[in-house]
Amino acid sequence: MSWLTKTLTSSIGKKLLMALTGLFLCTFLIVHLIGNLQLFKNDGGYAFNNYAVFMTTFPLIKIVSYVNYALILFHAFWGLYITYKNRQARPVGYAVVKNSSNVFSRNMAVLGTILLVYLAVHMSDFWYKYHNEALPYVKYTEQISSGNIETTMMETGYTQEAKKVESLNEAAGTKTIIVKDLYSVVSFSFQNILLVLFYVLSMFAVAFHMFHGFQSAFQTLGWSHPKYTPLIKGIGVWVFAVLIPIGYAAMPLYFYFLK
Amino acid sequence: MTINLKVWKQKNAKTSGSLETYKVDHVSPDMSFLEMFDVLNEKLVQENKEPIAFDHDCREGICGMCSMYINGQPHGPLEGVTTCQLHMRTFNDGDTIVVEPWRSKAFPVIKDLVVDRSAFDRIIASGGYVSVNTGNAQDANSLPIGKDKADMAFAAAACIGCGACVAACKNASAMLFVSAKVSQLALLPQGQPERESRALNMVAQMDAEGFGACTNTGACAAECPKEISLENIARLNREFLGASISSTGV
Ligand code: HEM
Ligand code: SF4
Ligand code: FES
Repeated sequence: MSWLTKTLTSSIGKKLLMALTGLFLCTFLIVHLIGNLQLFKNDGGYAFNNYAVFMTTFPLIKIVSYVNYALILFHAFWGLYITYKNRQARPVGYAVVKNSSNVFSRNMAVLGTILLVYLAVHMSDFWYKYHNEALPYVKYTEQISSGNIETTMMETGYTQEAKKVESLNEAAGTKTIIVKDLYSVVSFSFQNILLVLFYVLSMFAVAFHMFHGFQSAFQTLGWSHPKYTPLIKGIGVWVFAVLIPIGYAAMPLYFYFLK
Repeated sequence: MTINLKVWKQKNAKTSGSLETYKVDHVSPDMSFLEMFDVLNEKLVQENKEPIAFDHDCREGICGMCSMYINGQPHGPLEGVTTCQLHMRTFNDGDTIVVEPWRSKAFPVIKDLVVDRSAFDRIIASGGYVSVNTGNAQDANSLPIGKDKADMAFAAAACIGCGACVAACKNASAMLFVSAKVSQLALLPQGQPERESRALNMVAQMDAEGFGACTNTGACAAECPKEISLENIARLNREFLGASISSTGV
């Protein structure tokens, strides 16, 4: 066995892979949230739909997103594998157990599995539809001089291969953009209370996974220091386990209650 | 006091065991938990019954032998003490106390509450030492050691190898023990020559023994009778990953 495989398959190396992929996914949580904040703009989906085109066509981002999908799958199955192996380290259990550790830290695999189910539903709700189904289109006519944007829903049955068609009408001083209307799909999906509940509850799983996971990854990397560890723990709790899940949960709630 | 016990009875490593119920009368609140077992065993012997096998040696919290998982916690409910230092005044008259052996694939039960912890010995033998060549001992003051480092090394060296960390961990991981043993030497000048090989070999032996991987739940440090801290596990991760990258062995 080469030194590298030996390192990465040791108990500490296995955890190193969990920590590195986990932290990569943490950055994804931030980027995805910031991008999706455009859903809150009251512009008929103009910003959000253009952002969706950018995210699915710009080559570098496409590469990163496929890396991201691969790492989620790797993190999930590697984590479940470690959990399975760890269970074998105690073939006979205790009759009585009084736990002195935090409940989320003991249930990372359960929380992760909820996240995996959530991700499957989420991808088929939006990602799959966006790429594979005949979506409604929307036309934005921008008055170049004033910047005013007029939104026109396209007739149903408008099918086109392209995600985005741009044209310029110099005589009228307008620019029109026709894009797949993912915004309406999102807005429509979140009229279903069951889906809204599922999304909001899944964000609790994100919160709990992060409550333990963020600081745990730094401990795995060996980055523990009396000066900086409190800061890392604070960020893990307040940013990753509170702020970010609230931000995500706000989206379905916004569409259900306000749109 | 009267204490009701449910104790794990198991004939040997090959058979499976079960919890047996015992009643112990006339327990003094000042007895240690082990003395309460002595009283029970004497009674059992007088009644021509099999006494309960349990491990002990120093009975003063330094040898690490008295492994008992008491009411769901290694060494019982108190913090920072071993079973031999646990007194019956911690419990109430009439309490039912469940006592089980350490549970880990790497610590097979030998009999009743006695487990085989020689996996720890093999881990120590794989690198938990400093090789000293013969010759005169040099003057201690010629090896300057900062007070902060000395204190950290001393705190890590307090580990008595009792295995409570393994018993408490949901993964039966030995990381706290190994991290204490690696840290106490990595922090001191005497430990430097074998620093890389020590971390690599002790982790390899720990994995070979069948302990689980650490998931940073912190149960070990919370239950450790010597209050070894999780910082040591972070240090072991650094030592091991650093040595993996920089050691010259391919
Ligand atoms: C957005 C998604 C996710 C993020 C940001 C994330 C992040 C993290 C982080 C930072 C850790 C801590 C690593 C460490 O302790 O060193 C972790 C651990 C873990 N994750 Fe995730 N994770 C995500 C999704 C998932 C999924 C879908 C699963 C599926 C089963 C999963 C299963 C686990 C498990 C089992 C652990 C504990 C592993 C261990 O401690 O050995 N995670 N995650
Ligand atoms: S680290 Fe603590 S619990 Fe583990 S063997 Fe050492 S003294 Fe016992
Ligand atoms: S008998 Fe030695 S520590 Fe308890």
